[in-house]
Amino acid sequence: MIEVVGLSKRFGSTQVLTDINAVFAKGKVNQVIGKSGSGKSVLAKCIVGLYVPEEGEVRYDGQSFHTLDKEAKRQIRQEIGMLFQSSALFDSLTVLENVLFPLRMFATMAPEEMLERAHLCLKRVNIIDKDGLYPSEISGGMQKRVGIARAIAMNPKYLFVDEPNSGLDPQTSIVIDELIQELTEEYGTTTIVITHDMNSVMGTGDNIFFIHQGRLWWKGTRDELLTSDNKELNEFIFAGSLMRQVRKAMKG
Amino acid sequence: MRILYHIGRYFQLQGEVFSKPERFGIYWKRTIEEIDLLGVKSLGIVALLSVFMGAVITIQTKTNIDSPFIPLYVVGFAARQSTILEFSPTIISLILAGKVGSTIAAEIGSMRVKEQIDALDIMGVNSAGYLILPKIIACVVINPFLIIISMFLSIFGGYMAGTLSGLVSSANYIEGIQFDFNAYHVTYALIKTVVFAIIITTVSAYHGYYTSGGTREVGISSTKAVVYSDVVILIMNYLLTQTLLL
Ligand SMILES: Nc1ncnc2c1ncn2[C@@H]1O[C@H](COP(=O)(O)OP(=O)(O)OP(=O)(O)O)[C@@H](O)[C@H]1O
Ligand SMILES: [Mg+2]
Repeated sequence: MIEVVGLSKRFGSTQVLTDINAVFAKGKVNQVIGKSGSGKSVLAKCIVGLYVPEEGEVRYDGQSFHTLDKEAKRQIRQEIGMLFQSSALFDSLTVLENVLFPLRMFATMAPEEMLERAHLCLKRVNIIDKDGLYPSEISGGMQKRVGIARAIAMNPKYLFVDEPNSGLDPQTSIVIDELIQELTEEYGTTTIVITHDMNSVMGTGDNIFFIHQGRLWWKGTRDELLTSDNKELNEFIFAGSLMRQVRKAMKG
Repeated sequence: MRILYHIGRYFQLQGEVFSKPERFGIYWKRTIEEIDLLGVKSLGIVALLSVFMGAVITIQTKTNIDSPFIPLYVVGFAARQSTILEFSPTIISLILAGKVGSTIAAEIGSMRVKEQIDALDIMGVNSAGYLILPKIIACVVINPFLIIISMFLSIFGGYMAGTLSGLVSSANYIEGIQFDFNAYHVTYALIKTVVFAIIITTVSAYHGYYTSGGTREVGISSTKAVVYSDVVILIMNYLLTQTLLL
């Protein structure tokens, strides 16, 4: 479980996040949604400690993260898996080496087991026979998937995925969504997915957090989402014609 | 005030660089890679420069001191002294600051702007140690070899230029390079080399590590890495010479 309490973040004079309070439950897919530029990625980076918020705190299973010393922070981070919006694969390492990296750094298993684990993770994201290629030699969507494979390699307790579906075709997108859901349920992971893909929200979101202009505007379950009368939320989710048809069908 | 901020942050970064590595095996492998990239791949430029510089030093010495009162071995002697004391350790280090320093700053800087350093931090890896320590060790180990090779090649270049052009006889040159040899001068040169290696790697890594922005800033960091490495090398050269030779 991750709790965010009264978190605010600004860069210079621009206030990006204001007083965010949220509880991200364990064993659930927590989705953070919102318009481009609303502050979703910044929120994720504040939670994992890449940015230090001006106010508020983040608690990992009760432990307040920003007050911990460097070593204790590293301990928690070894239990975090994160997919960056930009994938952030290491360009000097091959696809396989990228996934092996956290294992080689921290896992206490034999080299063959590491290899087996890395291949398993790659297989789960549908990346096969790409072991020896470098990140610059694979497509953007593939980079995203390799990023997910690297994030889940260590079986993290906390999983952050920033836009796992951007750049993916609808079919692969569903594979990834299902993978994230399976892992979350199987290992009781605290999962935070940042997305603006309504298909994922409708498919796998357990708890949904809507960020608008840097504030937590609305939170609730997937069912509550469709029936909410929050104006900004409705504008966001019913922006596409497909979702508008869903609403029409529901009302009719 | 700005300079104090940078100096403080620079030493803070070194504190992280020199904290205990997660896995020695991985650091070892990285160090070997860096020795190849930063050291072995610099051999060509170092060799080329050294031969030509030695040749030029010899010709210039000869043409400037052409007098019957000066012994014939002086050309070889002067070539050896300037090579060992200054040309190889300092000038070659300045050249390496340009080549190695910009490589280091550009590599680490682009990892920063592409969020790869964040990715390391998130995994709980000590990113500063992982990225920078192998580079420092690699240069500290390999640069003395490069400089020794440079010394030999420079003196050899002088020999070739001197004898081929007929400015100095082979016997006189060889007598000159052996005349009044002081092994401490080589020690002094190697101490300088090691200090300069540390300066090049840490200053450049500092500029790369704290890059923020995009590709343009990576370029700026790369330039700054070279400029600041050079300035610090020149200052340290002066201080070391004063303490070690006087
Ligand atoms: N390092 C930074 N320095 C200054 N401002 C920043 C920085 N990072 C983000 N911002 C600002 O914070 C705001 C939120 O950015 P963020 O990346 O969180 O958006 P987002 O919700 O993830 O959008 P998207 O869906 O497009 O990824 C933006 O206005 C951006 O300009
Ligand atoms: Mg984002």
